[in-house]
Order: sequence, then C-alpha cells, then structure tokens
Amino acid sequence: MRYLPKSPADREAMLKAIGARSIDDLFAPIPAEYRLSRDLKVPRQMAESEIVDWFRQRSKENGIEYASFLGAGAYMHYRPVIIDSLISRGEFLTAYTPYQAEISQGTLQAIFEFQTMICELTGMEVANASMYDGSTAAAEAAMMAVRVTGRNSVVVANSLHAEYREVLATYAHHQGMPLASAGYSDSGRIDLKQLEKAIGPDTACVLIQSPNFFGTIEDITAIADIAHKNGSLLVVSIAEAVSLGIVEPPREADIVAMEAQSFGVPVGFGGPYCGVIATKEKFVRQMPGRLAGQTTDRKGKRGFVLTLATREQHIRREKATSNICTNQALVALMVNIFMTVYGKVGLKELAKQNLAKAAYAADQFGKHAKVLFAGAPRFNEFVVQTSEDPYVINSRLLGHKIVGGLPLKKFYPELGNAALWCCTEMTTRSSIDTAVGMLAESEAEEPRGEHAVEEVVR
Amino acid sequence: MKHPTPKATRHVNQNEGLIFEKSSAGKAAWKLPPLDVPEVDTAKLLGNAERKDLGVMPEVSEIEIIRHFTRLSTWNYAIDLGMYPLGSCTMKYNPRVNEVVARLEGIANGHPYQPEKISQGALRIIKTLSDCLIEITGMDAITLQPAAGAHGELTGLLIARAYHESKGNPRKKVLIPDSAHGTNPATAAMVGYAVENLKSNSRGMVEVSALEAQMNDDVAALMLTNPNTLGVFEQEIHKIAQILHAKGGLLYMDGANMNALVGKVRPGDFGVDVMHLNLHKTFSTPHGGGGPGSGPVAVKRALEPFLPTPVVITKNDGTLGFEYNRPQSVGRVRSFYGNFGMFVRALAYILANGPDGLRQTTEDAVLNANYIRKGLEGVYDLPYSTPSMHEVVFSDKLQSKKGVRTMDIAKRLIDYGFHPYTTAFPLIVPGALMIEPTESEDKAEMDLFVEAMKSIAQEVEEDPQTVLEAPHTTRVSRLDETGAARKPILRWKPQGS
Amino acid sequence: MSYPADLKYTKEHEWIKVDGSNATIGITDYAQASLGDIVFVDLPKPGSEITAGKTFGTVESVKAVSDLYAPASGTVNEVNGELATVPEKINKEANTTWMVRVTLKNPEELKNLLSAADYEKFVNEEGGH
Repeated sequence: MRYLPKSPADREAMLKAIGARSIDDLFAPIPAEYRLSRDLKVPRQMAESEIVDWFRQRSKENGIEYASFLGAGAYMHYRPVIIDSLISRGEFLTAYTPYQAEISQGTLQAIFEFQTMICELTGMEVANASMYDGSTAAAEAAMMAVRVTGRNSVVVANSLHAEYREVLATYAHHQGMPLASAGYSDSGRIDLKQLEKAIGPDTACVLIQSPNFFGTIEDITAIADIAHKNGSLLVVSIAEAVSLGIVEPPREADIVAMEAQSFGVPVGFGGPYCGVIATKEKFVRQMPGRLAGQTTDRKGKRGFVLTLATREQHIRREKATSNICTNQALVALMVNIFMTVYGKVGLKELAKQNLAKAAYAADQFGKHAKVLFAGAPRFNEFVVQTSEDPYVINSRLLGHKIVGGLPLKKFYPELGNAALWCCTEMTTRSSIDTAVGMLAESEAEEPRGEHAVEEVVR
Repeated sequence: MKHPTPKATRHVNQNEGLIFEKSSAGKAAWKLPPLDVPEVDTAKLLGNAERKDLGVMPEVSEIEIIRHFTRLSTWNYAIDLGMYPLGSCTMKYNPRVNEVVARLEGIANGHPYQPEKISQGALRIIKTLSDCLIEITGMDAITLQPAAGAHGELTGLLIARAYHESKGNPRKKVLIPDSAHGTNPATAAMVGYAVENLKSNSRGMVEVSALEAQMNDDVAALMLTNPNTLGVFEQEIHKIAQILHAKGGLLYMDGANMNALVGKVRPGDFGVDVMHLNLHKTFSTPHGGGGPGSGPVAVKRALEPFLPTPVVITKNDGTLGFEYNRPQSVGRVRSFYGNFGMFVRALAYILANGPDGLRQTTEDAVLNANYIRKGLEGVYDLPYSTPSMHEVVFSDKLQSKKGVRTMDIAKRLIDYGFHPYTTAFPLIVPGALMIEPTESEDKAEMDLFVEAMKSIAQEVEEDPQTVLEAPHTTRVSRLDETGAARKPILRWKPQGS
Repeated sequence: MSYPADLKYTKEHEWIKVDGSNATIGITDYAQASLGDIVFVDLPKPGSEITAGKTFGTVESVKAVSDLYAPASGTVNEVNGELATVPEKINKEANTTWMVRVTLKNPEELKNLLSAADYEKFVNEEGGH
C-alpha cells in the first residue's frame, strides 16, 4: 500500500528485532473470539486516478455552475487564491496543535494575529482561537454567561438562526438552563416589549443575532440597555462576518459568538466552518477554547504560547469550562489570510458591494412581490413574500440553473409563502434580473397547482 | 552537541514580525470587480448602524502576505517534515489526493441548503462513508454531525442519556478509568452526569472487581478507551461489557485508539454500544495546527432512534435525502451536517486503502510501536509489562534520579529533529512518555528516534544541564508560560494605546 | 518546607491561624511547591459564607488548578486584594500570605484539624517529595 513506507524486508527485520514470529503474535492480546478472519466489506483499493474520478462524479451530481441566492448561515464569497496556496503548505496543513511552543511559533503567531483582528472587527477585547462553528459558539457563549453571572436561564431571540437555536436547546437540556424566547416585530427586529417580558432575575443572558436570520440589523444599544438593567449579559451571534466591514459591531455586547465562514472558508456543504468567541477582558478566564498569548523566552525574545490552559479539559477535567479540544485551526488560518488580504479598506468595500447587490435585488423584487421587514436596515439578505409557493418558483428557477432563496415555511410558518434571499459580491446583475423576471411571471399568473421540485420537511 | 544528530541540521531561517507591524495605509492585496448594480448611499441605508472605522486592521500587499505566512510556516514542525511520536494522536500521513478531491467545485461550493436534487453527490459521500465506518466499527448506525472527538463524546453521552430516559431512569453517573483523556470527564459533566473514577489494575487495565463493585443502577455508562491510553488492549472486555449490560448500563468507547483495531477487530463485536471516531486521527484528515477534526458517533440498533437530526435515508425513487422527522432524536449538536470537508478526505483515505490496505496499516502501526518499545526497553522505565498495541508508555523514573523529567527529555528531543512525544499523560503513570509512531514511519526514521532517545538518556547521566535547558537550537528557547498566564497579552495593540 | 507550629492544617493543604473568634486562611508551603508558579487566585467576596470541608475558591498555576477547601466555617470579612496583582507572593511566603480573613461560626470544628507535626507527617507519607 503506497502510504506505507516499509518493504517486506523491513518488516522481517523488525519482527526479528522484537522477537516475534509473525505479526499475529503482536495481535495476540485481542481475544481470539473477536479477531476478524475476513476482509472488511469496504470498496476495494483504488488507484489515485480512480479516487479522483469517483469524487468527480459526485461533484457533478452535486450541481456545478448554478447561480445561488442561498445564505442563511453559509455564505458564498470569493476566496482569494493565496489562501489555499498558503494553507496547503505542509508546515501548516500537517502540523499538530501548538502545545510545544518552540516548534510551533508559526501556528501560534498566526493565531495571535487572528485573535487581534477578530477583536478589532467585533469591538471586543479578547478573542479565542476558534470554536467548531457559529451554532456551538453561541451555545458555549450562553454557557459562559451562566458561569459569569451565576444565573441559569437564557432569553433567545426567535430571529436567531433556527439551527443555532436547536443546538442551544440540545446543550441547554442537560445543563439545567431554561430557555425563554422573544419574537420579532414588523420591522424584523426583536420585539423589545416581548424581550422585557421574557427577561427576569434568573436571566444570565439575552442571545440575539445581528444581522439576524432575516438579514435585519438589530438595535444593539436598546437591547443592551434592557439586558444590562436586568443584570444580564448580552450575547450577540454574527453569522455573516462580512457585515462587519460596513455594519457597526455590537460594542455594547458582553460576548460575541461569531461564525467566520464568510471570511475565506468554502461553503463546502456545511463544514468545516469557524466559530469564534470574543468578549471583554474581565471574562477571559470563563472563556472556552484555546488562547494564544504573547510572552518572552529566556533570552527576552518575543514568542507566543497557548495560555490560560487551566480552563481547558486536559487540566481541569470535569471542572473545565468546556470539553473542547480540537478546534478549527486550519480554517481559522484561512479566515486570517482572508482578513489580511482585504484588510482595513477592502473589508469595507467588500461589504459595500454586498449591500449594494442586495439593495438592488430587494428593490427589483419589491416591484412584483412583498419584501418584508422594510422598517429596519438590513445587510445582504432579505425576505420576499409571494402569492405563489416559493418551492414552485424555485423549481422553475432550477431549470435555468438558478438556486432561489430559502423557503421559510419550515422555520417560520407564520410568514406563509416567504423565502430568504441572499446576494453577495458574487451575485451578478443578470442572475438577479433573471430571477426577478421569473418570479414576476409566477406572480402574474393564476396558480397552476404545479408540483415543487421538493419540499424538505424539517 | 556531544553526540551526532543525523536528523537535525541548521539552516538560515527568516525572521518575521506581526502583520500589523508591516501594515501601512495605501497598500492593498485585494481588488473587486466594478459594481454591476447601482452604488448605494451607505449612510442612508444603514443610519446609526453604519460602521465608521475598521481600526488597526492591516493594509498590506499580496507578496507581503505570501512572505509573511511562508516565513511563519518555516517555524513549524509538521508530519511532512518527520515523525510526531505523540501518543493517542495518530499523527499519520495526510494524503494529498484528499486535498484535491475536497476542492472539486461541486464539493467545495455546495450549499448545505441547496435542493436535494442537486445534492446527490454530497449525500452519496455521506452515505458511503457512513456505510464504511459502520462496517469498520461493527456497529449498526452512525451520525457524522459532531465536529471533533470531544464533540462526538458529548453526542455519544447525550444519546446514552436519551436512551436511559426513554427507559424511565436517566441514571446519575458515568464511570471513567483514571487513565482516560481529559475530554471524557469534562464531557460527562456537560451532560449532567457525575463522574466516578475507576481504578486501573497493576497491568494497566480496568480492575474488573472494582467495576463489579461500582456498577449499579445509578451508572449510565462506562467510558472506555480501547486500547487504553497505555496502548494496552482490555483483555477482559467481554466481562466488562457483561457487567455493564447485566445492570442495564451502556459501554461507551472512546475511539481515539482505533488505529490499533481497524481491520483486525471491531468494537461492535466485543460489546460496545456507542462509540466515537476521530477522523483526524485514524482516518488521515490533516491536523492543520489544531483542527478541524470530525467525531462521528456509531451506535447499536437500540440507540439508533436517538441519533442527531437529520439522518440520511434512501427514498422510494432510489435517490438520497435527509430525514428530519425523528421524534426521539437528541436534537442537533452542530449546524448543517457536520464537517463535510473531512468526510470527503476520510472517504478518499478509505478508498485509497481498501480492506487490505486498512488491515496492513493497522499491522504496521502495531509493529512500529513494538519496535520502538524493544529499542528503548532498559533505557527508560517501562511501568507496565503488558503487551503494547499501537503505542507504548514509558516513564522518567530512571532519569528523575538526576533531576531530569519527561518534559525536559521531550524538549531535548527537539534538538534531535523530532517533535516531542506526549508528556505527563496518562495520569496513572507519573512522568509519562507516551509514544505512538503510527504506520507512516519508515524503519530509518524510527531508528533515528531510538538513537536520539538513547543519546538523551546518556546525556542525562553525563551532562544533565544540556537536557534541562533544552531546546538549544530552536528560534525561541523555553518560553515564559507563567508570565503569559499571569499577565495575559492576547492581542496586538499599537504603540501608545 | 516549613510548617509553623502556631497554625493548624487540613489534609487539603490549607492552613488556618486562629485569633479569638477570627481566623486567617492560606495554603501551605507544600501546596505552593506542588502547584508551581501561581498565576491566579479566585476568592469569595466579603460577606459570603464558607463551610468547613467545602470549596471556597481556586488557586491556579500554569499547569494546574486546585480547589481551596475551607478549614472551618465562617463569614468572610476581608479578602487579600494583593493576590489579584501579585499572586506569586504565595510561592515566596506561603505561610504568611493570607487569602481570606473570617469570623468563625463554629470554633469546635478546629479540633478536627491537624497540628503542624501531624501535617508534616501526613505530607511526608503522601508524596515523599
């Protein structure tokens, strides 16, 4: 097998040195009744060309060259090519966790820069070296708020991504963490009255998303006011990182739980992505995940180490702030390079283009259907409500190699025939115009009782 | 250095500051195409929400970025450079074809919410990998949703708890051997279970009589790593499973050490009810400086209803789809479907190996560990004489007489051109040296490693200071971790701020 | 290692110095040596209650975190603010660096504690360090 660097002669020599007659001797500790005497029933060994072919087929079956209007927590942005050039270097790709700092300074310095840039963008004081994704970052941030305040419950905005809420519920279920919810108003923003009602003396934090699932930007100051007056923390989840280029970050938040996928991570059918937790310095010891800190060596030279490790599982065991061990280091490096490429000016221009594309699209759709939540600013997503079933509209669009907006019936049935549309800098005017045109046709016609491509029942 | 070191050598390396230290206004590495839609008045659209300033975000050119990260990369050790003898980490070769197939357009650019009609490729990848992993583990069903091993442990315990709840009694505690990885007790606590320690016997295995004494209706599960963190196979696994099952408990297996088992034995066959795998260990997905990983959880039929939602099903028309209607599911542990990119890589690895390659890989892994064990016996103290599988644990008992500990020896090993082994773990061996070469090491590299370790042992006798102050040849010497923890500096700040 | 005779000790390596109905609590020389360089101490606020045998805070080094166990029950009057900035004082002078001052609730509990001599014996048996 071509990954194994030993010849039969090598193996012979080694067995002899060990004093074993055959390799079977070394497996003698496994009770005979369990030892496999047959081959595993997995596909036969393939040549490299066959492997590439097999996956190329899968790639084709996955639809290539479609114009997509999907967002909802996974965003299609252009990835500068140097990201892959650099992260493919073996010294980054095949390096281990930087526990041995002297021979991991490359990884550690990169993490330190990552932490710095996330702080700058989010308006927070410290940031960790990544969590699994935005959903688990949000859940871990809520658990962190519980630790900090000593209170047990969490108020969650309904406009937080439904899957994030599901993950939170799974984590909360066993932590004795009751969850209360606050709905959204006509503007698309959280209903402040509902929030005031839901919050109480046992509320550890208010958890919102901004821009929220509908693409609407929340009034952070007003929400922070309500939370802080109650002695609760404000946790803000950010799913579309590119928004930070043009939207003021939630500086009044106590914890930001982010998904950084938009920054150079392939959409890749849902993962791996890059969650991050950023917070105020005073909460740093309650923060889960790895942290890279600056220090000096014996000769006074600047270097970096993993620090405050006592929060982590390998020391605190059952008292750890979390059980997280492996994080998303290589993906965080992609994010790092992306943020470095675009930088101070580029991130703003990139965000502006996203804003412009979505604004144009919303404008055009608005001529033929109802664009909801007009009463508050939004970033690069918006909700369109139609008389025709969005699944039917999407069926037609698919035939023209366009993937339409995400039908919202599963997540928000109260919105009826509504879909979430996302435009990024990659979305072309012509695909917007085509999509609008087909939707307009649909709306103008009598309902034909057509069957949709599919209805995914969630 | 007194002794020759054939593997390590000197080289002119490049210094490099922080990217912020190279930044200046007006430099750019980006260019966007012209807007094909009307410009917008940001102030008008966003009002108060408009961001005015991006602070000290850097401004640099493309070549500076290439040089920056390339220079940084040269300061790292990596599998591509040489062996990582880290115990229980399984630092094996990360095949490059994995990287190529993960970047194929339809795979890299697929959106998780795109219609199933154009997601059949992704679904087939998930299904094929799932089927392979089920066959490899001897279990009945699997979820690929957890993002890493610890995440998989959490999911596995959530499933165990849901199972017990469905039987009317969630139970109160989980038994964990004192040799276990730190994620095990941390996970149990997150699921609301108390942790009870299970002592190991003199051969480094679970003390079966202790298990018998501690097993009762309050115990939800035993979290076992097999082979355990000493690299030793639990030979009484049959009894262990029996004791648990007799009182309705579940046997959870931490699959971190699967590299000793694939193709030779299947956990499902020896009584495991639920287990997690580490795709970034056994199945060759790259460590990338600390992640991403992937921690699938495989279960026996009785636990299948509790798997996270959604699961992949074959529909009546033969196409694949996701099933969300799962009333007994523990819910979701992550958004979307898991670390899909790692599924692609792990599957490519399995296809490259086939049944014979997988078996040969395991055999080589065990052969390599035993070869190193033989080479270092007598040089370092071997606390347990039980046969080793894919990893071996020594202790610093002999060297500590000269005031030299496992961490010091590990740091000196760096001067010899190797990454250290795992120090100070497992906890049941004071001053542990945990070594797992994996199958990816050739005889020459291992001979160099043994020679280096022997040389260091000699240095401990003749010149312990050299070992105590190691490493000597790295770009930074030992770093002040105490200072870093007392006054943490966790981000760069411009001068005067 | 020194274990002053005028202090009483717990098996979890705390010492207590009694002064009438008040007492001062710290950790022993053995404890600081085992932990290594101390980086952080987490202590209760003045006014809180501590209970004999139960944890009242933590002490952290680079490599380990240890719970602090109360030698006796009482109300916390004062917390040593210095430890927030110079926790390393504990490493330098464990026997005189206090953590909390309390008003004792139940002085009877002191009978259960170890004398300096007994503590020294206990430590020698436990670690042989």
